[in-house]
Amino acid sequence: MRVFSRINLPGLLSFLALLFLWEISARSSQVIQSYFPPVSEIIRSLLSLIFSREVVAHLLATLGRFLTGYLLSALIAVSLGILLGHFRFAYALFEVLIEFLRPMPSVAMIPVAILLLGIGNAMIVAVTLYACTWPILINTIDGVRNIEPTLIDTGRTFGLGRWKILKEIILPAAMPYIVTGLRISLAIALILVTTSEMVVGGSGLGFFILDEERSLSTTNMYAGIVIVAVLGYGLNRLFLFFEGKAMAWHRGATARGLL
Amino acid sequence: MKWNRESKLNGLVVLMAAAGIWESVSRLGLMNPLFFPPMSKILSMFFYLISSGEILYQVLVSLKRAAAGYFLAALLFIPLGVAMGIFQWLHRSLEIIIETLRPIPPPVVVPVAMLFFGLGDGMKIFVIFISCAWPILLNTFDGVRSIDRVLVYTARTFGLSHGRSIIKVILPAASPQIMTGLRISLGITLILVVISEMVGSSDGIGYFILDSQRRLKVTQMYAGMLTLALLGYALNQIFFLFHSRALAWHEGLMKRNR
Amino acid sequence: MVAILEVKKVSKSYRQLDGESTLAIDEISFRVEKGEFVSLVGPSGCGKTTLLMCIAGLNPPSTGGLVVKDVEVHGPPSNLVLVFQEFNKSLFAWRSILGNVLFGLEAREKRSQDAQGEARRLIKLVGLEGFERHYPWELSGGMQQRVAIARALAYGPEILLMDEPFGSVDALTRLELEDTLLKIWEDLGTTILLVTHDIEEAIYLSDRIYVVSRRPSRILQTIDVDLSRPRHQITTRADAKFMELRNEIYRQISQ
Repeated sequence: MRVFSRINLPGLLSFLALLFLWEISARSSQVIQSYFPPVSEIIRSLLSLIFSREVVAHLLATLGRFLTGYLLSALIAVSLGILLGHFRFAYALFEVLIEFLRPMPSVAMIPVAILLLGIGNAMIVAVTLYACTWPILINTIDGVRNIEPTLIDTGRTFGLGRWKILKEIILPAAMPYIVTGLRISLAIALILVTTSEMVVGGSGLGFFILDEERSLSTTNMYAGIVIVAVLGYGLNRLFLFFEGKAMAWHRGATARGLL
Repeated sequence: MKWNRESKLNGLVVLMAAAGIWESVSRLGLMNPLFFPPMSKILSMFFYLISSGEILYQVLVSLKRAAAGYFLAALLFIPLGVAMGIFQWLHRSLEIIIETLRPIPPPVVVPVAMLFFGLGDGMKIFVIFISCAWPILLNTFDGVRSIDRVLVYTARTFGLSHGRSIIKVILPAASPQIMTGLRISLGITLILVVISEMVGSSDGIGYFILDSQRRLKVTQMYAGMLTLALLGYALNQIFFLFHSRALAWHEGLMKRNR
Repeated sequence: MVAILEVKKVSKSYRQLDGESTLAIDEISFRVEKGEFVSLVGPSGCGKTTLLMCIAGLNPPSTGGLVVKDVEVHGPPSNLVLVFQEFNKSLFAWRSILGNVLFGLEAREKRSQDAQGEARRLIKLVGLEGFERHYPWELSGGMQQRVAIARALAYGPEILLMDEPFGSVDALTRLELEDTLLKIWEDLGTTILLVTHDIEEAIYLSDRIYVVSRRPSRILQTIDVDLSRPRHQITTRADAKFMELRNEIYRQISQ
C-alpha cells in the first residue's frame, strides 16, 4: 500500500504528544479538567454516545437536513445557473439582486425562516438551501458563460437539438465550475445546519453540542464535536468520490461531443 | 467602461423595480403583510434606526469583534504559514493536527468558546479567530511553498539574511495567495460574528436581527438585515479596493499571462 | 597577477533516489584574475550550472575548496552576485524596473544619498532609459535580462557570475546583449565569469575560456583568446583566429 510508505511520522508523533499533554494536564488539575476533560474520558463517552439512541437520532436529524437542503439547492441552483448563464437578458435582470444579496451572511436568513416556517425541519432545510444556492449558482453561471461559443456552434453543425446541446455540451463544459460551487457549498451546508440547530434547538448535533455545554457535560460536548467533525470529513470524502466519477463522465462526454 | 456604467444603471433600475414589487405585493395583501411589511416601512425604519444611533451602535459592536478576531488570526497565522512553507519539518509535524481540526464546522466552536470565555466579546473573537485560521494558514503556506527556487536563490546571492529575505522576497512573492486567504476569511468572519451573536449575546447586529424576530418586530428585523447586507457589501468593496491597490502588479501579470 | 577567484579541486556528487550517488563535477580547478572576462563552455547538461552554484555559495561542493579574494567560500560571498538564466523567475514581479534595481542597492545596506540617481544611471547603462516605471512582465525577455544585469550591478559586486544569461532570448537580441555586457565590463571593470554552451559567444566575449566536458565535468582545455579589443560583431567574428578557436573548441567538446 502506498499509504504506509507515506506515513507522516513526525506529524503522528506531534499529534500523539498533543493528546498525551492534554491527558496528563487534565488529570493533574481540576481547573484544566473543567475545560479540557481527559482525552480518555472523551473517547469513552464518544464510544457510549455513538451507540445511544439519542445521539444516533441527533446524527440522523442533522444528516437528513443536510442532505435535503444540499441536494435541493444543487438541483435548483444548477438549473437556474444554466438558465441565467445562457440567457443574457435574464442574467442582466438578476445580476444586481445576486450582487446585493450575496454579501449578506446567509445565517442572517435564520430569523426570517423562523418567522415564515416556524421552528422545525422545514426552516433548517430552507436556510441551508438558501445559503448553498449562492456558490453553486454563481459558479454555474460563470461556467456556462465561459463556454467557447465555437463549442456550441460545433454542436449546431452536427445537428444537435437544444436539449442535446445542453446535455452533451453545456453541462459537461461547465462541469468543472459547477463542481467547484458544489464543493464550497458542502462546507456551507454543514455550517448552516449546525447553526440553525443551535439557534432553534430541539434536535440535531448542533443542538446536542450546545445543550451539553449548557448543562456542563463538557466531555459529551467534545465527543459531539468529534462526531460532527467525522461527519464533515465523511461527507467531504463522499463528495470527492462522486467528483471523481462525475469528472470521468465529463471527460468522456466532451470527448464524444468533439468527435 | 461605458458598458459597465450602463449595467450599473440597469442594476439600479432592477433593484428599484424589485423594491416596488415587494411594496405592492405587501400593500395588496398578496402575501401576509405581517411577514412581509411594505418596503417603504422597512426603509423608513432603517433610516429611523440610523438616526437614533441604534443600528450604528450594534454595527460597531459587531465590527469591533470581527476586526479583533480577523486581525488576530492574520497576525498569528500568516507568520505560521510562512514558517510552515519554509520549514518542511514544521509542516510535517503540524499536518495531522491541522487535518484533524479542519473538518470541524466553525459554528460548533461556539459552545467551546462559551465554555472558555462565557458570553462576552472574548467568545466571539475566539470563534472568528479559529474559523479564519484555516484559509489564512493554508493559503499562506501554499503561497510560500510554491515560490520558485530561483527567487530564493536570488535573495541569497544578494546576501540577504533570512529575516530580510522573508520580508523583501518571500512575503511579496506569496502575497497574492495570502490575499486569497484573507478574502475568504473576510466572508467567514462576517458569518461567524452573526452566528456567535445569535447563539450567545445580548448585543451586536446578529443579536439585533434575531431578537427583533423573537419580539415579532418584523420591520426592524428586515431593517437589520438590510444593514447587514450593506455592511457585507461595504467590507467587500473595501477589501477589493485594497486588493487592487496592493496587488496591481499581480493583476497585470495575470492579464499578461492569459 | 592576483587571483580574485580560485576553484580548487571542486567535486560535487548527488545522491539519487535509489541511493546511488553520481558524480556531477570531478575535481575542477581554475582561477580567475581581477578584471578578467572568463567563460566556461561545455555541452548542455554538463555540470556548469552546478559549478556556478557552488562558486556563488548557494550549493556547497562535496569536496574541494573555493576562495574568493583570499576568503574561503561558505555561503554566498558578499562581493559576488549571480545572474540567472531564468530572468523571468528571478526578477521581482511586484517591483517596477526602478524598484528591482534599487533592490540591489538595498541589499547592500549602504545608505547612499542618491540611491534613485544611482539606479537610474545603471538603468541607462543597460539601455533601458524610460522604462523605470514599467513592471518586468511588461518587457520583452531581452529587456528583462537587462534589468537583472542592472540589479546585479547595483549590488556593486567585484565578480559577476552569469549562468547562460542569454540562453532564452532570440538570436538578434542575444548579439545586442553581448555588446551591452562588453560595454559594462569595459566601463566598470567588474570581473565576469560566464557560463554558456554557445562557443562563439564565449570566444566573442572572453579573455580566457575553460572548456568543460560532459558529466562528470572536467576541464578539457584552457584557451586564451588573443583577439583584439574592442570587439565587433562583424569584424571580430570574421577574424581567421576566431574561426580557428571555434573549430578547436568544437573539436574538444564533440569528442
